[in-house]
Amino acid sequence: MSDPNYDDPASAKARRGRNILLALSLAAFVVIVFVITIVKKSGG
Amino acid sequence: MIDQTLPALVRSRVAASWRDYLQLLKPRVMSLVVLTAVTGLVCSGAPMNPILAAVAILCITLGAGGSAALNMGYDGDIDALMRRTRARAVPAGRIQRADAMGLGVVLSLFSVGIMALATNVLAAALLAFTIAFYAIVYTRWLKRRTVQNIVIGGLAGALPPLVGWAAATGTAPANAWLLVAIIFVWTPPHFWALSLYTSEDYAKAGVPMMPVVKGAAATRAQILAYSLVLVPLCLAPAFTGLGGAVYLAVAALGGTIFLVLATRLFLSRAGETSGERASDGALYDVKAASKVARNLFAFSILYLFLLFTTLLAEHLLGLAPLAPLK
Repeated sequence: MSDPNYDDPASAKARRGRNILLALSLAAFVVIVFVITIVKKSGG
Repeated sequence: MIDQTLPALVRSRVAASWRDYLQLLKPRVMSLVVLTAVTGLVCSGAPMNPILAAVAILCITLGAGGSAALNMGYDGDIDALMRRTRARAVPAGRIQRADAMGLGVVLSLFSVGIMALATNVLAAALLAFTIAFYAIVYTRWLKRRTVQNIVIGGLAGALPPLVGWAAATGTAPANAWLLVAIIFVWTPPHFWALSLYTSEDYAKAGVPMMPVVKGAAATRAQILAYSLVLVPLCLAPAFTGLGGAVYLAVAALGGTIFLVLATRLFLSRAGETSGERASDGALYDVKAASKVARNLFAFSILYLFLLFTTLLAEHLLGLAPLAPLK
């Protein structure tokens, strides 16, 4: 059964905003782990 | 459970935006957590790589946000019953309770894991303890059961400076615990001043806050008692090698104002009349009888902010403490 709000523009916009935030969070996670590793490896 | 208690009118089908998820993290509380954690980290005096220090503060911030999301998810049912909280995303139906708690778990695991990776096990363990204490001990066990809920639960809000200190040094010395003690003793007068003019909400939601269970007069007396302990405690860092002359002046002047406001509140009849607020919409626009309570509530936030900002500024500017470090 399809979600009645699925094609609603407001819902789609909200979903897009959440997805962008999620993508940015995942990217930030990777960057943070990478930076910590570099700093630790270089004796920081 | 939540579907049975939420009023039909708040079961909205409006989709949650990223801002709703951000609000789940209680950003205003997070800002105070950041300030106290940074103060703990800087006051430790230990040299720390600035990137790792920033990551440590980020972890403490996200840990606070995660525990707030867990709290909001669990308390969705009672938040729907209180005017102060019923517009939040979970009681308003924009975010499902399970989604809020899922976000809380992810942020908590992330913050503790990264803290261990970036700093040390003690800091990560203290952060994990802080999150668990707020989300489980306070939210699930204490809040709905005992009048001492915010007294004991206040420990979770008090620990961030210790976590910051531990992140920098790997230790938890007495001066770090002194910062914890200040926030711990500050919490009851702060929250009880608020609850004096929101007690109708708490009563409706079945939360045993002090004014609901013991009455307004007993609450005002307890606020004064805690204030009398708090002010000397706030002066203490000036004698343990943490604070300098500026800190002592701020703590003494602010403490005097705090005691004046607490005494005025004690002598007032705040919390004894029904309908303490001027209107439904204006949550902090209180009637004349409760303005003394609101004044103490507002000043308590300013006082804590000034204390930690001054300590932080003194250490960043290299101002000498009044006493040798204990």
